[in-house]
Amino acid sequence: MSFDLTRRRFLIGSSVAATGLLTGCDAMVQSTTVNDILQKAESLTMGAQRLLMSRQTLAREFSEADLSPVFKANGTSQPDSEDYARMTENNFADWKLAVNGMVKTPLNLSLADLKAMPSRTQITRHDCVEGWSAIGKWTGVPLGLVLEKAGLAPGARYAVFHCADDLEPSLDGSGRYYESIDLVDAWHPQTILAYGMNGKDLEVAHGAPMRLRVERQLGYKHAKYVMGIELVESFKNLAGGKGGFWEDRGYEWYAGI
Amino acid sequence: MASVTSGVTDTAKPKKVLFYRHSVAVRITHWLNVLCLSFLLMSGLQIFNAHPHLYWGQYGADALPDPSFISIGAVEDGDTIKGVTRIGSLSLNTTGVLGASTEDGELSPRAFPAWITIPSYQDLATGRRWHFFFAWFFVINGLVYLLYGLIGRHFRRDIVPTKDQLTPGHLAQEIADHARLRFPKGEKARHYNSLQKLTYMAIIFIILPLMVLTGLTMSPGFNAIFPWLLDVFGGRQSARTLHFISASLIVIFVIVHIVMVLVSGVWNNLRSMITGYYALKFEQKDEVSK
Repeated sequence: MSFDLTRRRFLIGSSVAATGLLTGCDAMVQSTTVNDILQKAESLTMGAQRLLMSRQTLAREFSEADLSPVFKANGTSQPDSEDYARMTENNFADWKLAVNGMVKTPLNLSLADLKAMPSRTQITRHDCVEGWSAIGKWTGVPLGLVLEKAGLAPGARYAVFHCADDLEPSLDGSGRYYESIDLVDAWHPQTILAYGMNGKDLEVAHGAPMRLRVERQLGYKHAKYVMGIELVESFKNLAGGKGGFWEDRGYEWYAGI
Repeated sequence: MASVTSGVTDTAKPKKVLFYRHSVAVRITHWLNVLCLSFLLMSGLQIFNAHPHLYWGQYGADALPDPSFISIGAVEDGDTIKGVTRIGSLSLNTTGVLGASTEDGELSPRAFPAWITIPSYQDLATGRRWHFFFAWFFVINGLVYLLYGLIGRHFRRDIVPTKDQLTPGHLAQEIADHARLRFPKGEKARHYNSLQKLTYMAIIFIILPLMVLTGLTMSPGFNAIFPWLLDVFGGRQSARTLHFISASLIVIFVIVHIVMVLVSGVWNNLRSMITGYYALKFEQKDEVSK
């Protein structure tokens, strides 16, 4: 038998074996039972982090010298709706942040109202789930102050952020961006509704007029183009029921890792 | 240590003595580690594929000017694509393996090829789910092994080299023997040789813990809990690069480990890591110590 034939047989044999293995792996990946078991690790991660961190434990803050020269814009960089276009035209003068759901006093706050409240400025690192990081300087009002103003109704457990951008254009609105955090993160001192970035007004590419900063979690939790905050007991009935745009598409709700 | 003598013959055939080399704890944690590291590598490469660029420092993103020093990508090449791996200013055409490889019968842009990632297709969310599940599994298994190694005296008995093994003459002799693929026989094969011991120590006490620590340094939650990790590794992006380099070192270790298992008596090695019993072969003139 010639070398070539043997070699070819070996290559055919190994590629058949590899294909079989791949199919086997992918079948395992798609099994719901396997996924349910693997998903248990998410609660382990959240449990471990919450056990080891106090409610006040801060994310590292950096200095001006550490700022990224270019802060990468990710996800939506220009929401594609007439309403949003109208808002940008007059510099978000008509924009109002709606705070409702399980609150004692529903609010409608303008950008001027928010800027009149006490602010916090922090230089922090933004970590994308993909693996890259960028450091930016954020100025905004602590979410806790806004929640205090509205007053939580008993039973409220999560703050849901409704956004202006359709990251996955759809007719039924299921591609609309949204996010949610629990009250531990909502009351955290570094959790702010940021309207300023690197000393200027927040740019459209980064979520103008306002984005969430929740510094102990990954980038997709930091909802951009926030239009409203809804306090809920459960997010089961919202969109895909997993508490966020990316969560509905398989990503962890607790993105501390 | 229990010794079982078998196959005593009157001819010049070497005498085989089975002895109990690997405890149950070592065998179970070894094979669980194989399982964990395999899934961690495959899901890790899936995660890497989501952003196949490595940086040094606190930050790094592919926003121009791109400061990455290792980058795997695809570029257009006529009506097809080619895979390019860039290390510093050095660019290599790696079509077929890195940057561009066959997926569903078509040359597609992807850093690591489909046959080595889990799942085979691009799916970061699933890759992360597998990675973190097996990361927990790996950490718990590793802690059980470390505790056993300390309390059960496995480290002192089997892993830490003796003083005699560390003399320059002895080390030089072992390097020469290894280079000629000549392995100790008889009584000398009862214990790991010094190169083996030093390699195992590097993997157990340096590389595998480095893997866990650099992994934790990439987590924003653990960053808040252990901020000193950022100072130790010089930033999240440095930690990500070190995570990748340590993983590569583990892959190199595993390749060498498997080659050594194959050339130094594959059945004997496999049996000892499955049943615990390892056979020592003695020439008739040798003394058998019990």
